[in-house]
Amino acid sequence: MIAEAGHYALVLALALALIQSTLPILGARWRDAALMNVARSAALAQLLFVGASFAALVTLHVTSDFSVVNVFENSHSLKPLIYKITGVWGNHEGSMLLWVSILALFGGLVALFGNNLPLSLRAHVLAVQAWVASAFYLFILITSNPFLRIANPPIEGRDLNPVLQDIGLAVHPPMLYLGYVGFSISFSFAVAALIEGRIDAAWARWVRPWTLMAWIFLTLGIAMGSYWAYYELGWGGWWFWDPVENASLMPWLAGTALLHSLVVMEKRNALKVWTILLSILAFSLSLLGTFLVRSGVLTSVHAFATDPTRGVFILLILCIFIGGSLSLYAWRASALKQGGLFAPISREGALVLNNLLLTTACATVFIGTLYPLALEVITGDKISVGAPFFNLTFGPLFLPLMIAVPFGPLLAWKRGDLLGAAQRLMAAGIAALVMVAVVWAWTSGGGAFAPLAIGLAVFVIAGALSDLVERTGLFRMPLGITWRRARGLPRSTWGTVFAHAGVGVALIGIVCETTWNSEYIGSMKSGDVIPIAGYQMKLDSVTQHQGPNFREMVAQFSVLVHGEPLGTMTPSKRNFSTRAATTTEAALMTRGASQLYISLGEVTNDGTVAVRIYHKPLVLLIWFGPVLMAFGGMLSLSDRRLRVGAPKPAKSLRGLQAAE
Amino acid sequence: MKRIISCVFALAVMAVSPSAYAVQPDEIMSDPAKELRARDLSRELRCMVCQNQSIDDSEAPLARDLRLLVRERIAAGDSDAQVIDFLVARYGEFVLLKPRLNSHTWLLWLLPPLALAGGGFALWVNGRRRTKAGTSQDDALFALTADEETRLERLIAEPSPDKPV
Repeated sequence: MIAEAGHYALVLALALALIQSTLPILGARWRDAALMNVARSAALAQLLFVGASFAALVTLHVTSDFSVVNVFENSHSLKPLIYKITGVWGNHEGSMLLWVSILALFGGLVALFGNNLPLSLRAHVLAVQAWVASAFYLFILITSNPFLRIANPPIEGRDLNPVLQDIGLAVHPPMLYLGYVGFSISFSFAVAALIEGRIDAAWARWVRPWTLMAWIFLTLGIAMGSYWAYYELGWGGWWFWDPVENASLMPWLAGTALLHSLVVMEKRNALKVWTILLSILAFSLSLLGTFLVRSGVLTSVHAFATDPTRGVFILLILCIFIGGSLSLYAWRASALKQGGLFAPISREGALVLNNLLLTTACATVFIGTLYPLALEVITGDKISVGAPFFNLTFGPLFLPLMIAVPFGPLLAWKRGDLLGAAQRLMAAGIAALVMVAVVWAWTSGGGAFAPLAIGLAVFVIAGALSDLVERTGLFRMPLGITWRRARGLPRSTWGTVFAHAGVGVALIGIVCETTWNSEYIGSMKSGDVIPIAGYQMKLDSVTQHQGPNFREMVAQFSVLVHGEPLGTMTPSKRNFSTRAATTTEAALMTRGASQLYISLGEVTNDGTVAVRIYHKPLVLLIWFGPVLMAFGGMLSLSDRRLRVGAPKPAKSLRGLQAAE
Repeated sequence: MKRIISCVFALAVMAVSPSAYAVQPDEIMSDPAKELRARDLSRELRCMVCQNQSIDDSEAPLARDLRLLVRERIAAGDSDAQVIDFLVARYGEFVLLKPRLNSHTWLLWLLPPLALAGGGFALWVNGRRRTKAGTSQDDALFALTADEETRLERLIAEPSPDKPV
């Protein structure tokens, strides 16, 4: 009953989406306010129905209704409740349902909070949202229905892939989807602007908070996925340049570029055509990511060829939306007036440089990810493109970007003073040089790369802080005035400082972890002691346990410093009988921002166990950086300017705008 | 079983190298310099039955065989290039995570720098067109309009909020 209700709710959501995708457009054509307002109620009703459908699937999973194929294939009655819930999106059908639910959620939010939008713009935006939604409802209903029944229901389910039974995975996909799908809003706004043929600074102000929100979620989602891989896969690696990771990195790079070009458009009414293109690209790359991950094309081009229904369907959606929006762009973009002239050395110029480097980085990831697929399809030759390729091509693009980051906020709009900015960054530059010297001396003649990279990171962080010092007049004025000025600064300025500093922090973590990582690989017996990076690791015991749906081998290690015990670490290896799969549960001990990491290998007949022990210096900064960036984004999102929405241009400012 | 000790390496410096290891204790070579070479090579070789994993990361049996093979060749005195050639001869280009430049891959290596150069060129052309469009840069871009002048004068006349009154 619940399954059928969920299925039916999904069909109704499709019907509503079809209404939402046509009537408001007609309304805008005929200037009929009532028809345009259909968009709002349809979007809310659609959210309600798809929400009901999603709730139905969650209920089926929680109650372990194995008469439903999706539950049977991905659940087990003994699975802990939390993983019964997260198992809903741990599989293809469920995750697609989550995808459309989030899409409907964003549509609903625009409907709810879009009261200050011009009526026709809101109607167009919601209609474009509904086009995307209709396509994906059709996809789910035709190829990936999660509510299918089994004729003879089995007693027990097949269980969820054990690697996915982890709290990190409970949160990672929803976060990522909030980011992916969030870019659909900027896409819809861009297409709506192209249809209406009208775009101005106010448009950018409406789009910016939505893009920022999507970007925050995507940043956190990627960071969380990376941390999940770090502790769950048991290798201690945190970024693999895997196509699945690249699929989420591409929209992030395009989205980051979009955020910056939206700033130019909002403040200076320039870069309109480019901003529209980036909005389209960011969401197109999200769609591409969905295609890559969901079609099975990554596992093998042949797997895609043998069961092409789903893949071809998504590919079709991809072609229609990307091709359609880009054609519309080619047709209408020339109608958009360019405004806001600026000199090459200016805040705008810096943001253009940022966009050039970020989009090139994005293109590099795109090429590296898709080239092998294309080559195999065209010539049949198989090549691999992996981490070494990306390190060589992607890394050099980030070097100039990092050097440029501190300069951007210090340059004036229209025409900046590079020398002046450089002078104001003197303190940051000195701090960076001191850091290079300190690290160089401390490592006493190791490679030159690490000290230089850390110096660069310090430059980025100190540069972000100099901007703050500059604006508040710290060290130049009495503290009271500095305090007043700091409080008076817009939150978006604080957001910039935190986000830019976050980039530097993450870079420090990356460099330290890759350069000064210590490892021990060996076999240990109970009682053995291993020295690593100033710690002594003593293997106390190896025991067997029975978990709810797995058996596990647990090793207990004592961690000592100079003979003083610090605590214990208990890495384990779990064996899931239902799926005949094992997972490695690494043990982590955090010391400041550094971590000790133990993962277990095989046990040999004579009772020794293969272990890998790592000391990863400052590794936590890799994820602390993105968290800082996301925090900066949230500060910026709470800026008064965005909270109060886009005001109508005041009469007294008219004169200023005429000059642009 | 013989315990193998002191295998704590400072890793080779790389821009972004995910450090993930599936090397088993019994594979490690006794000469740390050779072992370091083997590890560096392993990171550039693909485990062919895995999804985008290097043989250094992978726990698959095939990856182990390849790791042992790499060490065997190094022990036999091969240079890094010889080891790579040996593996490519056996398993094809697919085994390389960093594709070699050849008729099939020159586009792959050329496209990223081309994208950067193309973007830079487009910006340059765009900039030139704009400068030409404006009669004189300073007049068109930076001169204040009459409205702005009066506004500016009014602002200067007002007392600054920062100064103590």
